[in-house]
Amino acid sequence: MFAFFMSSGLFLGWSLGANDASNVFGTAVGSKMIHFRTAAVWCSIFVILGAVISGAGASHTLGKLGSVNAIAGAFIVAFAAGASVYLMTKARYPVSTSQAIVGAIIGWNLFTGSPTDYNSLTKIVTTWVVCPILSAVIAIAIYKVVVFFISKFKLGIFSQDILTRYGLLLVGAFGSYSLGANNIANVMGVFVSVSPFSDISFYGWFKLSSAQQLFFIGSVAIAVGVFTYSKRVMATVGEGIFKLSPVAAFVVVSAHSVVLFLFASQGLQNLLIQLGLPPIPLVPVSSSQAVVGAVVGIGLLKGGRGIRWRTLGGIAGSWAVSPVIAAILSFISLFFLQNVFEQEVFRPTKYGLTPKAIERIQTAKISFIGPGDGWQGFQP
Amino acid sequence: MDFRILKRKLEIGNKIDDFLDNVSESGLLFKLGVDSYLKGNVESFEKKLEDITHTENQGDSLRRSLEEQLYMQTLIPESRGDVLELLENMDTLLDRFKGAVWRFEIECPTIPAEMHNDFKELVECVVNSVEAMVRSTRAFFKDVAAVADHMHKVSYWEKQSDKVSTRLQRNIFRQNELQLSHKLQLRDFVIHVDQIADQAEDVADKLSIYVIKRSL
Repeated sequence: MFAFFMSSGLFLGWSLGANDASNVFGTAVGSKMIHFRTAAVWCSIFVILGAVISGAGASHTLGKLGSVNAIAGAFIVAFAAGASVYLMTKARYPVSTSQAIVGAIIGWNLFTGSPTDYNSLTKIVTTWVVCPILSAVIAIAIYKVVVFFISKFKLGIFSQDILTRYGLLLVGAFGSYSLGANNIANVMGVFVSVSPFSDISFYGWFKLSSAQQLFFIGSVAIAVGVFTYSKRVMATVGEGIFKLSPVAAFVVVSAHSVVLFLFASQGLQNLLIQLGLPPIPLVPVSSSQAVVGAVVGIGLLKGGRGIRWRTLGGIAGSWAVSPVIAAILSFISLFFLQNVFEQEVFRPTKYGLTPKAIERIQTAKISFIGPGDGWQGFQP
Repeated sequence: MDFRILKRKLEIGNKIDDFLDNVSESGLLFKLGVDSYLKGNVESFEKKLEDITHTENQGDSLRRSLEEQLYMQTLIPESRGDVLELLENMDTLLDRFKGAVWRFEIECPTIPAEMHNDFKELVECVVNSVEAMVRSTRAFFKDVAAVADHMHKVSYWEKQSDKVSTRLQRNIFRQNELQLSHKLQLRDFVIHVDQIADQAEDVADKLSIYVIKRSL
């Protein structure tokens, strides 16, 4: 039964692989710098590695936003996200899986009456806005470095071609790792708290937690999406939407990968905390918006001509529209699954105070009623 | 993708160098051929004719092999079209040099002695403009930033050859002792040679666009 309920997550993973792999390898494959098969193999390996090794951070933030605690509920949340991505893509609206899944989780919170952690929500929404801007800034910096490197070392046309090929492959591998690490939360995040798996230890060498096993399955679904459907999308990206030179593509993919990595790396977060710096929130962000941000960054550096501001307007719109549509879909679907198909979409959670907490409140001389049925909150 | 691509890169780089050597050599052979013709040294002229024909054949086969390699091995996919066009245009310059030497052989024009120096000067300007074009093309493949250093010389020598060509044509038509048919033949020769520099300038214009396209 768990396998059936997980199918919506796997579908979400498949569509992520089919669409977002093109952000990483699209220009390289579309411009014939890298063969599709090479790109698909590298992309799949590194997406799986990224998801299993570094997937926990962003997934944890989604878990804090709303902890989906019944498998049928998780199924609907992933299904609502997948369906809204599909619908909005059909309507040619720029959409992100990250934004859809957040909306779907809030839909679950609203349906079940669970509290939404507004602190996490603010963190997530702020990150969406920051993501393309940061990507643009990083793209400008990388672009300057690359231009300096090429002019300093007087690279010939063929040397540049070869270096760009290897560069695109390396940065594509890094991008795939970051994509796996950051976006596996969208695919499998809602299933973490209902996972039936238990930790597996490989002869004491290393341990795979139940979440990591889920992430592995989700990332395999992404890899299947890469192999089965991303070729067409890559060809469109390489030849149509944004026609970039291979060197510019290298810059864009680098900036995209750095941004996704920043918002997924627990190691980096720990390092910043150790250094006393403000930590970067670990939040699933949109791979496509990071790419568009980087392209706009390069466009601005070249004087800002030729930037399609309508596309940017569409992105800003999707920050609001995608989560709302996903939340509504999630809410309605949960209603049907619970009342028509009689499935348990959530387990009621009781919130209470421990005797120790009650004692402390009483010591502080704060009068309160509860925490029984008649509890009406604190009364100073 | 594997390391064979490094080998291919070296191979194709060498071929382009050889091809541009051929274009450059054809200019030198043209100059030596005209010198021999003006001196009336038939044997030397015929040797130059033979050499330039051989060079042109070599250039043709190198260009074909380069075109095939660039397409079959999907090298420099984003600039492939531009590079092929550039190589074809350079090959046309080579053909023009060969064509001019053959024209001397076929028509055997009688060039009055007082015009020899102007003719030599015209040939010198034309060969220099093509040589500057060869340098610009080499720079395009090896160091794009250096293309501009050579390209302005193409225009300079083209303008010089225009001046010499005008002067020569004026002199031709002011020679009262020449028949009109002779004057027209000499004028055609001057125009034919001068057009090589014009064509070099056209190629330079296209190259400047390719450079802009390659700028990051």
